[in-house]
Parts: sequence; C-alpha cells; structure tokens
Amino acid sequence: MAVVAGTPRVRVDERGARRNLREQVARLERELQHTLVSAFPRTGMDVSLTPAYSAGPRVLSLGELEDLRDRLSSKLAQARAQLAERADQEERNRRLLERMLLEPGKHRFVRIANADLGEGGCGVWHVRPRLGLIGMLCGWWQVKLSSGCPLAA
Amino acid sequence: MEGDLDEPLLAEGWVADQVRDEFPELRLRTMAVERGSGKTPPEVRDRLRMLSDRFRGAQAIALRRSPIPSAYRVFFRQVGLDPDTTRTPVEEAAVRRLVKGAFEATNLLDDALLIALVETGIPLWAVDAGRAREPLGIGTAPDGRLAVCDADGPLATLFGPVFEGYGVTWDTTRMLIYTVQVPGVPGIFVDEAMWTCLGVLQDAG
Repeated sequence: MAVVAGTPRVRVDERGARRNLREQVARLERELQHTLVSAFPRTGMDVSLTPAYSAGPRVLSLGELEDLRDRLSSKLAQARAQLAERADQEERNRRLLERMLLEPGKHRFVRIANADLGEGGCGVWHVRPRLGLIGMLCGWWQVKLSSGCPLAA
Repeated sequence: MEGDLDEPLLAEGWVADQVRDEFPELRLRTMAVERGSGKTPPEVRDRLRMLSDRFRGAQAIALRRSPIPSAYRVFFRQVGLDPDTTRTPVEEAAVRRLVKGAFEATNLLDDALLIALVETGIPLWAVDAGRAREPLGIGTAPDGRLAVCDADGPLATLFGPVFEGYGVTWDTTRMLIYTVQVPGVPGIFVDEAMWTCLGVLQDAG
C-alpha cells in the first residue's frame, strides 16, 4: 500500500482576482461619475458612498475589493434609477408645459419651474390672467416666464 | 544648454516589488531643482489670478469626467481612499478655488505646484533634497500604508503631505519635486506638469 507523505500545501495566488476586481472598481467609479456629470444641472444627486473606515492608501485585500465593488455597483444602480425617475418626471412636466402653452385657460395658476424640467436657471412658467382681475373675469389667460434668480439675502 | 528654460532632469523612482506586483503601471517621477522656495513674485500672483478667472463651477463638476483627474479618482478608490472624503489633489484645489473665490498665492514653491496641478491635473509634491536620500521610490510604511520613501524610510504617505522634517523650508537650497503617476495617466502629462512647475520656479529668478 502506498503511503502518502503529506498533503501538498496549495498557495492560491489572488493577484489575478484582485487585478480583476480593481478593473471592475475602476469601471464602476467612472460610470458613477459619468452619471453624476450627465445629471447636471440637476441638483441633489448623491453618488458618494457611505463613509467607511479608511486606513490610508494601501493594497486592498480581496474581501475589501469585493465589498468596495459591491458598494459601488449598488450606488451606481441607485443613481441611475434616481436619474431615470427624475427624467420621467421632467418629461411629464414638459408635456404639461406644452398643454399649458396651448390651452392656458385649462391650466389656471399652474406653475412649473425650470428645475422641474431638468433645466438650469431660476425661471418659472406660470399661467396667469392677462390684466389681472379683468383677465380672470373674462377668461384671458397667458403663460408667463419669470426670469432671474432671487438675489442672495 | 541653451534657452530660457533649463531642461528638467526627470528621474524614475523605484517601486517596491510587492507594490509593483499589484500596480505594474504605478510610477514615481522626480525632478531636482537647484533652488529653494521664496516669496510669491507679482507675475506668479497674476498667473494665479488669471487661472482663477478661467476656472468656474461647471469645470469643477466636469473635472470628474476628464481623463487625468478621473484616473487619480479611480486610483484613490483602488487603494482604499474615498475620493469624496479624501479629495484628489485637483478636486481639492477646485473646491478651494470655489470656496475662497480664487487660487490664493502662498509662496513660490506652493504656487508653482498649484499652477502645475491646475493646468495639467497632475499633483506634485516637494521635499528638501538635503534631507532625503535619492533616489525616491514607492514602498510600504510599517503600518502597511503606501508611501513615498527614500533609502531610510517613508517621507510621505502616498498622496499625503510630506512628513515633518523632510519638507522644503526657507533654508532649502535644493529641492526634489516628485509626482505619482497612476495607471491611465500618459507620461507626457507628467512631463508637462514638471515643465510648468520648473518654468514658474525659474522665471522667478
């Protein structure tokens, strides 16, 4: 009967796996920043990860890289969903604005800010009666675009 | 050598084996400058003012999609730094510009480093050549952090400020300017950053 002297010790080289994970981290980080930049001028888009303890710059272990990859992936999905939801809402607002412009009388006193259309600036589209009270009584409605941002206090 | 600007002598730093195994494209480049710092001359102040005027909020956001700042941001992530907490040097400069309203002049060396950073996106640091033993390199500090080292040990944490005792002082007569070239950053940008920095230092007389 053959005798087995000992089980050979196997050292797993994790460098390839770490390199692969670092590439995934790089791709996710770029896509996350791309999402943030393409969201401009919309505000309130948060792409920062939940702060985690940092021991300074170092070679991350396989587990740390996996955790980072997962957190980035989750944040990217969240940011994309947030952006898509905002884009849908803006599309609905643009359609409403078109209807307001076509039939202002049917959208009395409706207000849509430029920010709600995904545009920059502080303008607000507002359906108002022409000539104030007289316009209200006579059914003369118009869409006014107020312009300019309020001065800082 | 002819011309107004002396040819910068860029030297290649070493990278410790265990670091090179993980980051084969990581490089440290150094340049020796035969002078110290000094007061900010008026022309450098003007140049900073001009850079401030050209830099706006939209650029600060678009920075994240620019190849060079983005490469540093990605590398920060890969070495366990959160670039939203520990900002990359160029993003830090951009935020300071927006908060303070201008790129502020401090002293000749820091102004030269700042100008090179803003114009190229490449961060540079400087040590007193009389206190560091050349060549410099990238290694690991005893606590496991990646660090810029000389033959005796760490001089600075990677991307961090230079440790006390190695920085440039008013007595410094020779400086070593160094940069960390991360994957995805072409060498020509590093050369450009060094040239820009050297140009500012030499123009100051």
